[in-house]
Amino acid sequence: MAAETTNIQAVGAGKTLLSVKDLNVSYGAIHAVQGISFDIHEGEIVTLIGANGAGKSTTLNTIAGLVKPDSGNITLDEKNLVGQRAHKIVEAGLALCPEGRRVFSRMSVAENLEMGGYTQPDSQNAKTVKMVYEHFPRLRERKNQLAGTLSGGEQQMLAMGRALMSRPKLLMLDEPSMGLAPLLIEEIFQIIRQLGDAGTTILLVEQNANMALKVADRAYVLELGKVAKHGTGQELLHDDDVRKAYLGA
Amino acid sequence: MTKMYPRDNNHNPVIVTGFGGKDGQRRELTMPARYAINAILVALFVFGGNFLVGEGLISRYQTVVFEQIGVYVLMTVSLNIVTGYLGQLPLGHAGFMSIGGYACAIFIIRMMPLFGLDAQSMASGSTPAVILFVVGLLFGGICAALMGVVIGIPALRLRGDYLAIITLGFAEIIRVVLVNIDSALGFKLTGGASGLTGIPAYTGYLNTAIVVSLAIFAIHTLMKSRHGRAILAIRDNEIAAEASGVNTTYYKTLAFVFSAFLAGIAGGLYAGCIGVMAPAKFGFMKSVEILVMVVLGGMGSMFGSVVSATVLTVLPEALRAFADYRMVAYAIVLILVMIFRPEGLFGSYDFSLSRIIERIMNKDFPWNKDDSDEQTDVPVNAKADAQANEQADTQVDVQAEASTDSKEA
Repeated sequence: MAAETTNIQAVGAGKTLLSVKDLNVSYGAIHAVQGISFDIHEGEIVTLIGANGAGKSTTLNTIAGLVKPDSGNITLDEKNLVGQRAHKIVEAGLALCPEGRRVFSRMSVAENLEMGGYTQPDSQNAKTVKMVYEHFPRLRERKNQLAGTLSGGEQQMLAMGRALMSRPKLLMLDEPSMGLAPLLIEEIFQIIRQLGDAGTTILLVEQNANMALKVADRAYVLELGKVAKHGTGQELLHDDDVRKAYLGA
Repeated sequence: MTKMYPRDNNHNPVIVTGFGGKDGQRRELTMPARYAINAILVALFVFGGNFLVGEGLISRYQTVVFEQIGVYVLMTVSLNIVTGYLGQLPLGHAGFMSIGGYACAIFIIRMMPLFGLDAQSMASGSTPAVILFVVGLLFGGICAALMGVVIGIPALRLRGDYLAIITLGFAEIIRVVLVNIDSALGFKLTGGASGLTGIPAYTGYLNTAIVVSLAIFAIHTLMKSRHGRAILAIRDNEIAAEASGVNTTYYKTLAFVFSAFLAGIAGGLYAGCIGVMAPAKFGFMKSVEILVMVVLGGMGSMFGSVVSATVLTVLPEALRAFADYRMVAYAIVLILVMIFRPEGLFGSYDFSLSRIIERIMNKDFPWNKDDSDEQTDVPVNAKADAQANEQADTQVDVQAEASTDSKEA
């Protein structure tokens, strides 16, 4: 975890990239997200933490266009995203790395990455692939292997690499640590920090609050569909309530 | 020696992509050479077969069986687009076949006088007859495709068994409409339950072979393109495909409508082959029959579809000597295949002549292999993973072909 100083500089430094205002989402009678608002500035890593059912993944899926909100505004670079189809939102510069990895199991690693760059021209993809392989050397070693035969950690790396292939302005990661061994979680978070240091803006949703707060510049704590607290990663890491509720200390 | 299917240290199959292979010494065919070889073989099959039919070396009965094989191959490869490539399970393929068949037959019957043709001259192969045949077949295909849009847009919002039920329902509606539309319209269009008669015998060996070859070429080209890759991505994971920027609604509808279009064409050929269209022929069992052909051949394998459609069309004919027992034999074949090859005869393997020729050029034969890397061998230290590896192997075949074909590294 290097670059603690750059973290602090990044806070509030860039212009607002993503802005979510008063977002409400329900699944039938269940009001999963109840008026959530937050902003992400350029170059930041922002994390949403919270327990099961707090509305983290729902928020992410709504931003990505997979779920329709009841009300609220979502803008990326001042362009409205509400009501747009998911593939249009990818073109607008937002990439979701979905929960549970969801790689294309019957395609090779290289083909998975190619699919990630589906919205981009081939010439651009050739360059982006090199960048992805630099962040994930393991993927280069396995580029001809079928994605379904990769280990869980490698599949997570592939899913992240695939999301990066669309050259997003904002990368959204949904539970990247899910189902991984502690050592691999460590590695995945190092890569997330690395990507952040390289200038990628990241919105991270995590249950592993400890790890998420350590890499994040800013964090929002969600409880039952509402923002309960927000602050810098370090502040929340030392916040008594947060420590009690999520860090088990 | 170059290995065709090398494995990495963990005995996972590794695909050699691009040209040159692992050590850059592999000899490969150029793209024009590949196309030339395939074009020559298809021409040989189409015109050679037609010559044999003309010389009387293939009997009238055998020709009709050939035409039926063509119809069922077309039905199976078209259903394979939706079942094998898109990964959905529709059960109404016979509905599209009947729409195409009726539309094509009615169009040709009504237009014949305008072209100065009668039932005899329609089968003559004269220029106006050929034009009317092509236009009629396209008309049938387009009618089926339009019905595909109407059914596909609501149906593709569902998946799995729900999709199967809704498509089954639509196919039944089509059948019932075909029976009753005459009394509703007040004039004779489909002939109702007794069927549409007087369809000229416009289907022959030559046009069936040409149409089926063109359809297979079109499907192959589609699936090797960017659009085909998008369809395969939806099969593997719809949410991930959507998150990668694929317009999933569009591609699901495209695959469904293309499949319906080809089924309509097959229906048009069928009408000209049998000469009578009756709604009862296009019930639920016909859709199941086609689905059985796809599953038996291997979902996602066009080669498998062609082989199984051929075998399952010829089998009941070849077993005619056994009278009533033939349907038992048919059922036993299906049961045995499903027990011993649950992934279908060919899994997702696709045949590539160019690849076989390249193997010969590189003297890359199974008996030349130096160790356990033989393609069909299960690695000794991975016996537990035998099943998975076998599936991976067949995948490698497809992938290897895809990568060499598209010239991408």
